Amino acid sequence: MSDKYAVIGKSQIKVDGPAKVTGSAKYTFDMILPNMLYGKILRSPHPHAKILKMDTSRAEKMIGVKAVLTGKDTLGRKNGVWRRFPELCDEEILCREKVRYIGDPVAAIAAVDEETAEAALDLIDVEYEPLPAVFDPLEGMKEGAPQLHEHAERNINVTRRIEWGDVSEAFEKCDVILEDQFHTSSQAHLCMETHGAVADFGFDGKLTVWTSTQSNYYIQVLLSTMLGLREGDVRVVKPPSGGGFGSKFELDSAQFCAALLSQKLRRPVKIILTREEEFTATKRKTPMSYYVKVGAKKDGTFLAKEVRVVTEGGAYTAMGATALTLTGFYSCMPYKWPNYRYDGYRVYTNTAPTSALRGFGAPQAYFAGESMIDVLAAEIKMDPLEIRRKNAITPNYEVPGQAYIQSCGLKECYEAIEKHIQKRGKLPPNRGIGIGNYAFMSGGIFNWFNTPYAFSAATVKINIDGKVDLFTGACDTGQGSDTTLAMICAEELGVHLDDIRVHAEDTDLGPADLGSWGSRETLMNGNAVKMAAADAKRQLLEFAYAKMKPNVVYDLDIKDHKIYMVDRPERSISYFDIVQDTIRAKEGQTVIGRGHYTPHRKGMVSPAWGFGVQAVEVEVDPETGKVKLIEIVTAHDCGQVINPVGVIGQVEGATMLAAGGAFCEEQPMDNGKILNPSIGDYKVLRSLDMPKTVGIEVDTYEPEGPFGAKEAGEGLTSPTGGAMANAVYNAVGVRIKDQPITPEKVLNALKEKEKGRKKK
Amino acid sequence: MRKELKFTVNGQPYELYVKPKTLLVDVLRNELGLTGTKKGCESSSCGVCTIILNGMAVKSCSILALQAEGAEITTVEGLAKGDQLHPLQKAFLDYGAYQCGFCTPGMLASAKAFLDENPKPTEEEIKEAIDGNVCRCTGYNSIIRAMTAVVNGDYKEAK
Repeated sequence: MSDKYAVIGKSQIKVDGPAKVTGSAKYTFDMILPNMLYGKILRSPHPHAKILKMDTSRAEKMIGVKAVLTGKDTLGRKNGVWRRFPELCDEEILCREKVRYIGDPVAAIAAVDEETAEAALDLIDVEYEPLPAVFDPLEGMKEGAPQLHEHAERNINVTRRIEWGDVSEAFEKCDVILEDQFHTSSQAHLCMETHGAVADFGFDGKLTVWTSTQSNYYIQVLLSTMLGLREGDVRVVKPPSGGGFGSKFELDSAQFCAALLSQKLRRPVKIILTREEEFTATKRKTPMSYYVKVGAKKDGTFLAKEVRVVTEGGAYTAMGATALTLTGFYSCMPYKWPNYRYDGYRVYTNTAPTSALRGFGAPQAYFAGESMIDVLAAEIKMDPLEIRRKNAITPNYEVPGQAYIQSCGLKECYEAIEKHIQKRGKLPPNRGIGIGNYAFMSGGIFNWFNTPYAFSAATVKINIDGKVDLFTGACDTGQGSDTTLAMICAEELGVHLDDIRVHAEDTDLGPADLGSWGSRETLMNGNAVKMAAADAKRQLLEFAYAKMKPNVVYDLDIKDHKIYMVDRPERSISYFDIVQDTIRAKEGQTVIGRGHYTPHRKGMVSPAWGFGVQAVEVEVDPETGKVKLIEIVTAHDCGQVINPVGVIGQVEGATMLAAGGAFCEEQPMDNGKILNPSIGDYKVLRSLDMPKTVGIEVDTYEPEGPFGAKEAGEGLTSPTGGAMANAVYNAVGVRIKDQPITPEKVLNALKEKEKGRKKK
Repeated sequence: MRKELKFTVNGQPYELYVKPKTLLVDVLRNELGLTGTKKGCESSSCGVCTIILNGMAVKSCSILALQAEGAEITTVEGLAKGDQLHPLQKAFLDYGAYQCGFCTPGMLASAKAFLDENPKPTEEEIKEAIDGNVCRCTGYNSIIRAMTAVVNGDYKEAK
């Protein structure tokens, strides 16, 4: 398939690679501007309290301190990404009257150096009146529970219902009905570069912010709103970024406080969050209490599924409201459920706000869902892979009223995983293989942010020497979107990858674009880039037609710097010559192509879907309960692969993050205080923990995607949790329904099983 | 009171005056401008600050600058020779052994110190060598493949 293309489908060294392997990439963390000050943020030690009095005078008098700002110094506006619903913009960032979690910011200091700013934090006197707090969402929903926000009775933040068919009637027709309760835990994004920003508010009234973000546009809009500026007076630039994973597309305290301090002082201010702040005072993965009921015929045909979810929202809405919606949708995937009902409740609690984390509600849905499918398969004595295959979505399927699926490689994925399992044969004792499968969006269709712009846009400029400038708003946080988009541009234009210069992540340069989240880049940004490149190419071809004078039945295209007649490729002229002719003919103007993409008539969720099936092999030590990952094999369908080496990186990286969440990462709390806010205490997978990983790409073509491509990377966090739980069951016969699958839980379950056996 | 510190970094001798409590990583980054070496955890547990000190991979946030008196230090900026990348750097590029790149300088330091000491390691030994370096993006296996390729002699060192 790759021969069809000159650039895509072949592994390319990423465009940001040389800078990153030589230490010359300059991150926000590395930036120093002349006359720059350093900022620190004072945070609430209480989970819920009224602010009675704040006295900043002692801190202000400290030598080296330049400003101390509190909520009184803000416009009193509230921040939020669900801008269509004003009450869901609920985060002041600098609290004025009340704090709602341990870590809520109350004051910001700028000083000549970090040590001075840090020391001055202790000199701010805040008098709090502690209020009753609630930490468990199920408690928070009860009448009489402490209420966090005036607008939210019983702390209900957002509710979501998704329904089709007649679930109650369908359950009556089922031969087997199973129900159960699951729980998913919190997880930290653990970006190696913590959140940070350098803000420079000039005397011209314009603000520039350099920050490690996933969406320059979001930060531009949110900052201008919070500071009372016009969007155009805020420029947001993203230097190379040390990871995002869903944590960096909302306005954060470092960005807001640095900008506010700089606005006041008219000097550059840098704030980098400490690792402890990163753990306790940035967003985190949404924990869920997950009830599920499934019904099927005894031949394995799925008839009805009902899901009720209560999520721990933490103190504010954030992107957690979107996760609630997406969990509702993912809970029906990737199967043909004729009847389905989802009721989701997001509940405010006095804990750090929960939001998006790579997978965006999918890993939770598939942990519970894929566990239940195995239980169901066992109940009707059917092979777990067979029951999945029987009910799986096939190409050109409509999820009733929700989504239209065009390409779907699940069938091929099942075949690949079936072969793998057969090859493994009989396993030694205490070993087990579990499977899980998934579907994942290629960019979201929803627009709760309320942008009037296209979801993605791109501009392509061709210069006199044939070099191409590509302007995009996609944000490469390491996933490789700069390279993917450059490859799409080069392929469409018929030039080489090194002809393309990518100008991304700068709101002054690029067109407005929602940025990098929800697996948007390959399909949505890719379509905009391809359209812009095609627009520029069309302008070149107009001149080429005039020069080559082909019979009108022939059309022209460009490949490898040659403009050629498609049916007679031996007749060609130089790309470079035509670029020069075109620019001369345009009275010396460069060739500019524009492209954009917004999905239309593609349902409610996503214009295209990635799919996959994963087999996780584990070994359980029955003495200690310790689970060892042996091998993870993933067959997945991301449409046409753009950069193979990039896709492998996505498969393996997603697997590592998902496996961590499934079996060791968690954030235990005591009265709202996160107890393990350091990398030493927070257990993250290291090289010795990583099993062998194999990625198998199945070949499909997605009509909605650029060159047939769709998402790869985020969806791959989906299947691991369920597959691992199934593997543990197959290894030692215990089913863990509460993530993460720690040795303690396995051991307790083994003891319970033993007790049950003895009773019999 | 500042104290004198003499050491060699990437082949360049330095004579500096530093505060006794200053960490080595802060001297490298703030005094010498070698910002390739990162900081990520304040608790010596993430490894992004790893440098090579007298041939050993050392977390530069976990030692004082003055403890490096007389030492020979290599940071990520010292791996390439002119415009010629080190074999590990080339392999990291080809195998996609980095994504966000924030852990990469420390990862390369751990990898180089280890392979200099043990040029023909087993895969398990390679895994052990980088176990102190957290990477949140790659899942480590591409890094192990890149190191293995160097071990196998697929990349030649520049003269």
